[in-house]
Amino acid sequence: MPTNVLMPALSPTMEQGKLAKWLKKEGDTVKSGDVIAEIETDKATMEVEAVDEGVLAKILVGDGTENVAVNTPIAVIAGEGEDPAAASKAAPAPKLNGGETAKPEKAEAQKTAPPQRKAEATLPAASLGHAPSTPASAEPEVPEGTQMVTMTVREALRDAMAEEMRRDDLVFVMGEEVAEYQGAYKVTQGLLQEFGARRVVDTPITEHGFAGLGVGAALAGLKPVVEFMTFNFAMQAMDQIINSAAKTLYMSGGQMGCPIVFRGPNGAAARVAAQHSHDYTAWYSNVPGLKVVAPHTAADAKGLLKAAIRDLNPVVFLENEILYGQSFPVPKLDDFIIPIGKAKIAKPGSHVTLVAWSIGMSYALKAAEQLAKDGIEAEVIDLRTIRPMDIETVIESVKKTNRLVTVEEGWAQSGVGAEIAMRICEHAFDWLDAPPVRVTGKDVPMPYAANLEKLALPHVDEVVAAAKSVLYKATS
Amino acid sequence: MNDQPPLSLHVPEPAVRPGGKPDFSSVKIPNAGSVPRPEIDVDPESIRDLAFSIIRVLNRDGEAVGPWAGLLSDEALLEGLRHMMTLRTFDARMLMAQRQGKTSFYMQHMGEEAVSCAFRKALEPGDMNFPTYRQAGLLIAAGYSLVDMMNEIFSNERDPLKGRQMPVLYSSKALGFFTISGNLATQFIQAVGWAMASAIKRDTRIAAGWIGDGATAESDFHAALVFASTYKAPVVLNIVNNQWAISTFQGIARGGSGTFAARGLGFGIPALRVDGNDYLAVYAVARWAIERARRNFGPTLVEYVTYRVGAHSTSDDPAAYRPKTESDAWPLGDPVIRLKNHLIRRGVWSEARHKQAEAEILDGVVTAQKEAEGHGTLHAGGKPSVRDMFEGVYAEMPPHLRRQRQQAGV
Repeated sequence: MPTNVLMPALSPTMEQGKLAKWLKKEGDTVKSGDVIAEIETDKATMEVEAVDEGVLAKILVGDGTENVAVNTPIAVIAGEGEDPAAASKAAPAPKLNGGETAKPEKAEAQKTAPPQRKAEATLPAASLGHAPSTPASAEPEVPEGTQMVTMTVREALRDAMAEEMRRDDLVFVMGEEVAEYQGAYKVTQGLLQEFGARRVVDTPITEHGFAGLGVGAALAGLKPVVEFMTFNFAMQAMDQIINSAAKTLYMSGGQMGCPIVFRGPNGAAARVAAQHSHDYTAWYSNVPGLKVVAPHTAADAKGLLKAAIRDLNPVVFLENEILYGQSFPVPKLDDFIIPIGKAKIAKPGSHVTLVAWSIGMSYALKAAEQLAKDGIEAEVIDLRTIRPMDIETVIESVKKTNRLVTVEEGWAQSGVGAEIAMRICEHAFDWLDAPPVRVTGKDVPMPYAANLEKLALPHVDEVVAAAKSVLYKATS
Repeated sequence: MNDQPPLSLHVPEPAVRPGGKPDFSSVKIPNAGSVPRPEIDVDPESIRDLAFSIIRVLNRDGEAVGPWAGLLSDEALLEGLRHMMTLRTFDARMLMAQRQGKTSFYMQHMGEEAVSCAFRKALEPGDMNFPTYRQAGLLIAAGYSLVDMMNEIFSNERDPLKGRQMPVLYSSKALGFFTISGNLATQFIQAVGWAMASAIKRDTRIAAGWIGDGATAESDFHAALVFASTYKAPVVLNIVNNQWAISTFQGIARGGSGTFAARGLGFGIPALRVDGNDYLAVYAVARWAIERARRNFGPTLVEYVTYRVGAHSTSDDPAAYRPKTESDAWPLGDPVIRLKNHLIRRGVWSEARHKQAEAEILDGVVTAQKEAEGHGTLHAGGKPSVRDMFEGVYAEMPPHLRRQRQQAGV
């Protein structure tokens, strides 16, 4: 049996890469463990090793091919005694091997269209701020006719930091792996080269240490952007973030404030289990003195990060590893700022209000698409900022739809959904036609195994079912 | 107003970056056998120089020399060689399995096999390790099942950790291997706490904490030294200095203290540096420190000087931050080859037997892998039970989790 060599994944979140170079040619004999090709991703370069012995019968993806999806067959190896010519004829059209039933949605997306096309397709015009009728944005955030450029959330965050660093010499970036390695998730790509080691600082491995150092630098008048490799590791730094950054302005009688941004990926990625998947949104949301931002799109990530860096208060900026590689249109403006504390209506509707933020928006928008097929028009609100919370936009929506569903990957108890539902009960109880419903992660630490992880996270189907339940409609 | 010259910030830099010529001239290597072996009840003040030297047993000719030599029989050394070779083979197969998508993540030990394999042989049953992610030799040298290790890596239906934990973050209470934390350094202070509890209970068991060079920057490391020093906890505090914390060279965490071992001096804790690529030296120092702890003389800080030959994990590429040929220039050599040469010199081993052993070990690992894969891999075959997902959150399952499990239909 000829065997396919598949495009390998360097990490669970890698979706595609570049086939940089073949080191073997068709007809070469390969042994198990031989390096046969090199591939590049946005994170690193890696070598592809042959797993089986035989003859490299056919190269299916040539040198220099970009955007090769993980698990695409890239070559065929004919085994001992097989005819390489016959094997190469039997070479399959690129398709997925038998093992990845766990991610059918992603596989489908890869086969049909590049991710950015998909993202654009699901992003309604209102998300760009062209919805003057909505209470969320009386003024459009982007002037009519502005050119849009497609970029990933990762690039948008990098650009936001670079623009603010060019604008203000007091801004600097600090964290583990941010300089020489260009960021563990490549969010600080190119910053060391442009701004030098004085302003892009690799730190020793001590979150408590460098968060405290950042607070000290902020109190001394600098504007630090502190990157945590993940907010899971920021648990170490909680004392500095809560007891010092959030409270010093208050405790000093207003004399000394702490203009600092703590940023990094928050919540689940893929296959990283209990200690790397925790969603801390609700924790920071609880603390006066902090601002808490959790964007979904690249445009919001850019505009809000720029606002966060200029803010005179400590801002906890919660990113998401899954979203880093997703592309969205971003307005091409010299200085694009989105004010902290304003929600937006990502999709208008009149039957039920879905409130989400960060990756929760992915579930909410997909659920809205499914609901539309059943004639249910969901209004999807992207909260964008968790504290201060733009509850007015949610209230206005609920007054229209009379039904509320919140979506978050974090746990239900004392979660952000609980806060939203309570505020709606306080301010719009008489408009509710059903008790609000929360869609959340299951009440267990995040398991590692793919099947368990999938089950522990919210599903689109659960959002659809929740929306139908507040509409008193049977779930099909 | 102020005529002082402006201040400037010091940022340490590694000697060489990619494209440069590897340079380890700053790593001072004393001759094998040249460092004295003190009594275990020695006054720590009198052995401060051991924190700046390197204890070595195997010399360049493959002979075991000096006061730290002579502790292990031929049989024990042959077993040690087999453990290190097994770990290396296991790593190679699992790295390949990761490339094949059978698991999402792997971390190999290449170059550091002697540290955990030799340390384990100096412990007694009942002693507890608080390991990091690069001490699987503690399990292999304790006879843990390779199939179970792979079941954990593949997260399959026989995964002893039930699909809950990341690959390589093993756990075995029975073999004195505490559940590995993915968050760095947290377990260094826990090892001290465990050891103090053993003393409070008037038990005879001791603990071993493990940490990497980079993570010594964490507060937990410093807290561990404070408590170990104050209460003379029966613990061995191990620092594996493999030169690199992902892309960050060891000088960033070490600062101006000269060596990581020297961190112990301010706390009055005996601090030893040892050649981490020398199985005999690692064993001798481990035995010395473990005996000190067991006889109630208190903690020892040990720095293993070694080199991480491979990547930090399957998620990084060392070529981005250090010269590709740097590992070839590492002056302490390869732990497997050094022990092999020593055994040949002793007349109990040969190149031919070594080749044969390599083939046998590979065969054993491949057989284990076939068995483990029969129980499933990350994306194919048997999976952990969904029912189990709701177990173990609490000692007893509360009603709301029972409800969630019912809603999940399992």
